[in-house]
Amino acid sequence: MIEQPMMVKICDIQEESPGVKTFFFKLNLNFEPGQFVMVWIPLLDEKPFTISYIQKGHVGISVLKRGVFTNAIHSKKIGDMLGIRGPYGRGFSLKLDSNSCVVGGGIGMASLATLVDRLNLVVDKQRGHVTVIQGARTAAEIIYQKRFRDMKLCTEDGTAGFRGTTVDLIKDLLKKQRFRKVYTCGPEKMLYKVVELCGEHGIECEVSLERYIKCGFGVCGQCDCSGQRVCIDGPIFNIQELSRMEDFGKITITKTGARVMQ
Amino acid sequence: MSEINLSVNLCGIQLTNPTILASGILGTTKALLKRVAENGAGAVTIKSISVESREGHKNPTVITFEAGMLNAVGYSNPGVDVAAREFTNLQDVGVPVIASVIGTQKEDFVRVVEGLSFQKFSAIEIPLSCPHTPGFGLLAGQGTPQATFDITSAVRKVTKLPIFVKLSPNIPEICTIAKAAEDAGADAITAVNSMGPGMIINIEAQKPILSFKVGGVTGDALRPIAVRCVYDLYKAIKIPIIGVGGISTGRHAIEMIMAGASAVGIGTGVYSRGIDVFRKVCEEISQWMQENGFDSIKSIIGAAHD
Repeated sequence: MIEQPMMVKICDIQEESPGVKTFFFKLNLNFEPGQFVMVWIPLLDEKPFTISYIQKGHVGISVLKRGVFTNAIHSKKIGDMLGIRGPYGRGFSLKLDSNSCVVGGGIGMASLATLVDRLNLVVDKQRGHVTVIQGARTAAEIIYQKRFRDMKLCTEDGTAGFRGTTVDLIKDLLKKQRFRKVYTCGPEKMLYKVVELCGEHGIECEVSLERYIKCGFGVCGQCDCSGQRVCIDGPIFNIQELSRMEDFGKITITKTGARVMQ
Repeated sequence: MSEINLSVNLCGIQLTNPTILASGILGTTKALLKRVAENGAGAVTIKSISVESREGHKNPTVITFEAGMLNAVGYSNPGVDVAAREFTNLQDVGVPVIASVIGTQKEDFVRVVEGLSFQKFSAIEIPLSCPHTPGFGLLAGQGTPQATFDITSAVRKVTKLPIFVKLSPNIPEICTIAKAAEDAGADAITAVNSMGPGMIINIEAQKPILSFKVGGVTGDALRPIAVRCVYDLYKAIKIPIIGVGGISTGRHAIEMIMAGASAVGIGTGVYSRGIDVFRKVCEEISQWMQENGFDSIKSIIGAAHD
């Protein structure tokens, strides 16, 4: 294995919301839901993204326009090239025989999209059902609405679906049904509350963590979370592992390596 | 089965085995140092600390190739004040912790050493040899006998801890520089830092991959050069040598020790064999020693010399 980016040509671009575009390219990747790739723009920078679509030799990354780098990706057109290396990290482990719930907050939904596809394909329909929840600040930020038609929505301002947080919505759903497993990705404060709730209800839970990533393959130490390397030991961690990670939900690491309050 | 003794005494520091986590790899937090210790390292080195905080170079900063790794991280670190708070109660790590200290001038080295002096570091390493960070190491002219002497002397005045001076493999007169360090009061030489710098170009992008364009070469490609440096140094100086460069197996470690190293640093090996590379290397050293009738590390140090 050689950890170097491979240049791929953008073959399609799809708008998911006013701030999010998906860039598709032809690539055969041995990608497990929950893993990530490093996306390179020569001479500019390289950042981690999840693969949000896998279909017939094509893969897609969904990118929220947020800073210099994501703005640069958004300005790319069909036919332009991006560098990709990976996939990296440990993906989700799937529970196939009982009810599960997938909870995405904001662009965190992108990290869960191929998981939802996979679960819908492999879960034993006699024994389990997959509930998908997406939370956003406002209706305009919701993504994949056509892709996951049964998705339950919640927004902070009440412009789409349930008014409130994803955690409030899960609590609400738990009054009527049981989940054996929750998979989640989003802002770490939200993840912390989801994990807390799962702990109280004895629900298995897996979380996708985010840190500033440099190497992606476990040598530089930049993405530490309480001795766990998010890039290679994670980015998916289960509730037992998280209970031993004191920094989870509290402390992150800046580009300089300083551990700071979130 | 005879008892194999892997312990070494390095400048008065007792190590249970000769493997040391090299600086720049995984040494960002105390939690990671502890994890590396739990995976068998005899000692660990923190990622280098400067006076001020640094973000380092933009990504890509670390990539690999067929024979090793190329990196230009650019000394990202939180600065001495934050580092002094991160690396408290170092006895929790479980093995000796070495502080790697960098500066753009000798006064900076002194400030960082003083800033870390209240924490329980076991030694100070000063790399005067980074090939890819403007203002530091080779790019600041620190790789000359005079600069090495001046910086080492300055650090010597403010610490009683053992001082390890880390040298570049690039410089033909490595022994002259090592002697300058020895004369200035260094307790050991760490040989070697990454070589180069080197460059890897993506031919489709038609651009160098590293954002800094060039970076230090480590791993397999570096090993024969590192072994030669250690071999030469063993004849030239009296202080112990920590051999670093491309060690990922027990055989590599033994080769380095036979060249003259008293202990070995492992960095890129964390990539090729995982975070438990330290335990694996130790097991392989033990097995080889047993099969070949050696019972202590001391008995093989410098064995390759006439």
